[in-house]
Amino acid sequence: MPEIRVTPLGAGQDVGRSCILVSIGGKNVMLDCGMHMGFNDDRRFPDFSYITRNGRLTDFLDCVIISHFHLDHCGALPYFSEMVGYDGPIYMTHPTQAICPILLEDYRKIAVDKKGEANFFTSQMIKDCMKKVVAVHLHQTVQVDDELEIKAYYAGHVLGAAMFQIKVGSESVVYTGDYNMTPDRHLGAAWIDKCRPNLLITESTYATTIRDSKRCRERDFLKKVHEAVERGGKVLIPVFALGRAQELCILLETFWERMNLKAPIYFSTGLTEKANHYYKLFITWTNQKIRKTFVQRNMFEFKHIKAFDRAFADNPGPMVVFATPGMLHAGQSLQIFRKWAGNEKNMVIMPGYCVQGTVGHKILSGQRKLEMEGRQVLEVKMQVEYMSFSAHADAKGIMQLVGQAEPESVLLVHGEAKKMEFLKQKIEQEFRVSCYMPANGETVTLPTSPSIPVGISLGLLKREMAQGLLPDAKKPRLLHGTLIMKDSNFRLVSSEQALKELGLAEHQLRFTCRVHLHDPRKEQETAVRVYSHLKSVLKEHCVQHLPDGSVTVESILIQAAAHSEDPGTKVLLVSWTYQDEELGSHLTSLLKKGLPQAAS
Amino acid sequence: MNCMHLTDTSHGVRNKCLQLLGNLGSLEKSVTKDGEGLAVRDVQKIIGDYFSDQDPRVRTAAIKAMLQLHERGLKLHQTIYNQACKLLSDDYEQVRSAAVQLIWVVSQLYPESIVPIPSSNEEIRLVDDAFGKICHMVSDGSWVVRVQAAKLLGSMEQVSSHFLEQTLDKKLMSDLRRKRTAHERAKELYSSGEFSSGRKWGDDAPKEEIDTGAVNLIESGACGAFVHGLEDEMYEVRIAAVEALCMLAQSSPSFAEKCLDFLVDMFNDEIEEVRLQSIHTMRKISNNITLREDQLDTVLAVLEDSSRDIREALHELLCCTNVSTKEGIHLALVELLKNLTKYPTDRDSIWKCLKFLGSRHPTLVLPLVPELLSTHPFFDTAEPDMDDPAYIAVLVLIFNAAKTCPTMPALFSDHTFRHYAYLRDSLSHLVPALRLPGRKLVSSAVSANITPHEDPSHQFLQQSLERVYSLQHLDPQGTQELLELTIRDLQRLGELQSELAGVADFSATYLRCQLLLIKALQEKLWNVAAPLYLKQSDLASAAAKQIMEETYKMEFMYSGVENKQVVIIHHMRLQAKALQLIVTARTTRGVDPLFGMCEKFLQEVDFFQRCFIADLPHLQDSFVDKLLDLMPRLMTSKPVEVVKIVQTMLRQSTFLHLPLPEQIHKASATIIEPAGESDNPLRFTSGLVVALDVDATLEHVQDPQSIVKVQVLYPDGQAQMIHPKPADFRNPGPGRHRLITQVYLSHTAWTEPCQVEVRLLLAYNSNSRIPKSPWIEGGEVSSQVETSIEGTIPFSKSVKVYIMPKPARR
Repeated sequence: MPEIRVTPLGAGQDVGRSCILVSIGGKNVMLDCGMHMGFNDDRRFPDFSYITRNGRLTDFLDCVIISHFHLDHCGALPYFSEMVGYDGPIYMTHPTQAICPILLEDYRKIAVDKKGEANFFTSQMIKDCMKKVVAVHLHQTVQVDDELEIKAYYAGHVLGAAMFQIKVGSESVVYTGDYNMTPDRHLGAAWIDKCRPNLLITESTYATTIRDSKRCRERDFLKKVHEAVERGGKVLIPVFALGRAQELCILLETFWERMNLKAPIYFSTGLTEKANHYYKLFITWTNQKIRKTFVQRNMFEFKHIKAFDRAFADNPGPMVVFATPGMLHAGQSLQIFRKWAGNEKNMVIMPGYCVQGTVGHKILSGQRKLEMEGRQVLEVKMQVEYMSFSAHADAKGIMQLVGQAEPESVLLVHGEAKKMEFLKQKIEQEFRVSCYMPANGETVTLPTSPSIPVGISLGLLKREMAQGLLPDAKKPRLLHGTLIMKDSNFRLVSSEQALKELGLAEHQLRFTCRVHLHDPRKEQETAVRVYSHLKSVLKEHCVQHLPDGSVTVESILIQAAAHSEDPGTKVLLVSWTYQDEELGSHLTSLLKKGLPQAAS
Repeated sequence: MNCMHLTDTSHGVRNKCLQLLGNLGSLEKSVTKDGEGLAVRDVQKIIGDYFSDQDPRVRTAAIKAMLQLHERGLKLHQTIYNQACKLLSDDYEQVRSAAVQLIWVVSQLYPESIVPIPSSNEEIRLVDDAFGKICHMVSDGSWVVRVQAAKLLGSMEQVSSHFLEQTLDKKLMSDLRRKRTAHERAKELYSSGEFSSGRKWGDDAPKEEIDTGAVNLIESGACGAFVHGLEDEMYEVRIAAVEALCMLAQSSPSFAEKCLDFLVDMFNDEIEEVRLQSIHTMRKISNNITLREDQLDTVLAVLEDSSRDIREALHELLCCTNVSTKEGIHLALVELLKNLTKYPTDRDSIWKCLKFLGSRHPTLVLPLVPELLSTHPFFDTAEPDMDDPAYIAVLVLIFNAAKTCPTMPALFSDHTFRHYAYLRDSLSHLVPALRLPGRKLVSSAVSANITPHEDPSHQFLQQSLERVYSLQHLDPQGTQELLELTIRDLQRLGELQSELAGVADFSATYLRCQLLLIKALQEKLWNVAAPLYLKQSDLASAAAKQIMEETYKMEFMYSGVENKQVVIIHHMRLQAKALQLIVTARTTRGVDPLFGMCEKFLQEVDFFQRCFIADLPHLQDSFVDKLLDLMPRLMTSKPVEVVKIVQTMLRQSTFLHLPLPEQIHKASATIIEPAGESDNPLRFTSGLVVALDVDATLEHVQDPQSIVKVQVLYPDGQAQMIHPKPADFRNPGPGRHRLITQVYLSHTAWTEPCQVEVRLLLAYNSNSRIPKSPWIEGGEVSSQVETSIEGTIPFSKSVKVYIMPKPARR
């Protein structure tokens, strides 16, 4: 029985270190290869020993697909390919290929240089790993080998995020990665065609949330910033360098442009500049507005946003500063925060989630006095605001995507078990498809019934076409031919051709059947009666009375003879070839019913 | 019938067959009535069978054919509804898009019939069911379908209100707990009387638990359709959704109230067109709504937009907005003044906006007056600068509020009264007449409840016109004087009373024509018996020419001219032509040219008769009436005789009464830009072009896209006519248009800078007004007549632009 097997090594009933193994049509594919932010030990990477205990992974995997550049989807890649060992192809989109190494390098720096970890992958490993990457375009069908093909769809979420369809023969799986069904200021919405895969593996971060319109949040954000700037305050927006930062930049940039504002906006340098460069390049991956207007002006060529210098923080007058990192736990954003916290005119806007223990979390939960290192106490007088800008599909969005793709079954990953449970139930109820939510290491087996294509010879097809009406979807139609299975492909040819090809002689197979009829008359007369009866019943067929006294219907021969013992009974001998089986059996059953009583 | 070919293997053949069926289907019904009713049903059934064809193109064609049948007046069957619903989940976007249309059509045909809800035994109205289905299509995968669906939603007005209101409710939840939207929170904050204290984290914390079984994620029907539509990726969808919102809100005030928050949010869209559209939408529904303060705040924030279109649209919106509190008015005023300092060019628009804001909310302005005028109960304050646009803006607001609030003037200080007098004169269109204490009523305070006929100025107009029409037998000298006087009166009246300007101008023009005619006929020239063949008749021929021009102006420059006026105008023109004829007859030697002219004139008369045959009874005793009586004789006479007859009749002809149209407005245009004040010439290399931005407002021009042209006059007498693109015209309000275009100038090198004149023209074509009739022999005239321009009338002051084409450097 053919089947699809799915085993999450990470992201099963969990968020982080996405890594899903899929076996489909005898091919093994690994979807994403991420790290887990919550752990600093071995658990941060997926357990690749599940695939094989010793030996190289290349022998067991046909390809690896990375959906987007977030570290929980690609963070373990150098470890996987260089330290564990994998030489096969790694597929990702062009923007992901460009931005991924920057983030990996950053991640490595923090792990090795700051935390001083040993046995971590090196810069060289990142480079080597990226050499194995094959970049794909949107909607481009890539043949991994003769049977396995993959295709990328737009997913929104972050620049270059993609959903992948993996297809072997007529079986297919769609993996969504992270996606967003509502567009934002710089990216469009995820889209997929009605590809009807056997299995849809979807993320479910917001399985139990239906979100409010994005516009309210945007409006609030802009209003807050505008008010603060108008009264001469300074606004600090701690961000992570990629993704939301760009969205907020565009939001502020266009607002500044529209409102003709003059206050400066700064972006702390570093990683971001490189990233912005890529955003400028990959304009085709952005939303309608940016794509349409980039001829006049590339939206990522910020007019109002300038690079930040440490000295600017003490400048008088209003300003807006984007600084990394996003949770105010270290670095530039924290430095600026300490400088500005004392003035109630100033404002800090947290655009995302903050982990417990960080300064960001403390001020969001309303703490007004912070204890800094060295027993200093920092009084926070500035305004603290929270805005959630997140780019995952909500429950409605997930349902919408399922509706668009029309899969035969759904598998949930990248979410919390409890929330998944709810969504699972909803999907089963509303789409009437089976839904799975395996934990890490748990395997889901999905039986499939793939259709097997059979090639028909043109001669046979034409002959059939000439014989009868058009094929009608509602009626079955009988067709005679020979099925030849050779070199794992199937062909339907006419029997003559099959005999010729296989070098066999034809064997005639005839069926004969005796039908007893009670008829006292002579054989000839019986034959005439049979003839006239059949002629009246089988109007569509050619019924003939031959001079030797026998009757033929098409190629079926009927002979009447007197019964050797009982002269009152006549024996009808019906004989037909194997090809005429259908008509022959029909005829015998007809004759068995007897002849109509002739008016004699 | 072509049913046989319907089974053809080629989709193309089936396609065309279905098209044919759609086009011919109902014809049979109209030809033979009852017996063929069955055949007609068959047509629908036949087409319906192809809804499940294997080829998507054929399916689309089948639906289109069905729509075609509907358009041709065939009533579609309700059974089609179920078939069409199945097609909504088709794989192909063209099919889905057409199916949405079909569902809409059926829902309009059978809004009240009842359909069962599958998987339950409830039943709902068909229109509600269809509404739910179309709403669902707003989140379709293809944007073409989404646009289609969003557009159609707007025209489903019969839908029940609770379905309608669902479209704005997405049923938010967070971690399975019901959550309130930001809009709801804002409303609550507002009603509890406290203002945002700054968002706390978890302010939006979800409230009650939701029963997991009750949540329906997908088939929630109309749920949140507009929420989705308004945040769609494609701006085409967003615009369609905004338009649909507008149409639905116009028909349902409660829905208007609900959709307000969403519309206000659209003011921050990233695409200007969408912002503009939503502002216009808001304006259209503004009589159904009152803005809350927090909403007003967001609306007013847009005043700082750098796009002029947006700001002006917003001013228009504020003109007809209802504000609920005095703080709101104050806020609006403050923001408008801020806008004024930031963009001084918006001055006129802001003043106008404040005028309406004041007259709509007198009671809200009242408590603000002392603050606004910065008066003090004990001390005199410094007199503000009268030329300060901001101060004028405040005064405009106050004076307009004071119009319906008699207690307000008591709060004014002395200088305010002085300023009032000054502004009433200088900005009379913005400052109304006020009942001020201790003063005679200024110009008898026309209040709105007096009907136009009781209005003294209107009476004056009527009387002076009647006086003129009654003079039939006065001596020529007296007639002339009276006419001159009346024309002067009318012109002055037009200047004073802007609402009567159209009528007054129109009548004055007519009288002027008459005056010219009388003058021309009084010339000595006619007293000499024999033809003079002299060039003496300058005055008469000039008069004829001028009358012609004036009649064209009367016909084409005024909106609201009715057929009965057109007859009179044409009659006047005919008289002018007659005058031309006899003048030429008198001054030219020889008969040959006369022949052609006479014939042409007689043709004109004939033409007149055919065009206005219905109105001829009203023209008793007129020039043309008499002329037509003599027509048979004229046709056979010699030119000299014809001229003679015409001459006598022209002299005998009476003065026709011009009935006044109900609503008449003179088309006018003002060029805002170029301002024509620059001393710096626009330099460019000769032979190349320079683009000149032209910005003009047009009033009372119908169909400006086809008739308004820009003319550029170069100092060498060369004139150039430019046809602006249709997209350059915007329509900010009824009867008003705005032309923002670029004019390309080019010339050979000049030695020094010189001025070119730019002005706007109205192109006209008198033939286009006349209904096509079979008498036009041959087809040669017909097609060109529609598009060709017969002449143009300048209708704006010309503006001088200083330019300097430099010789090209080599």
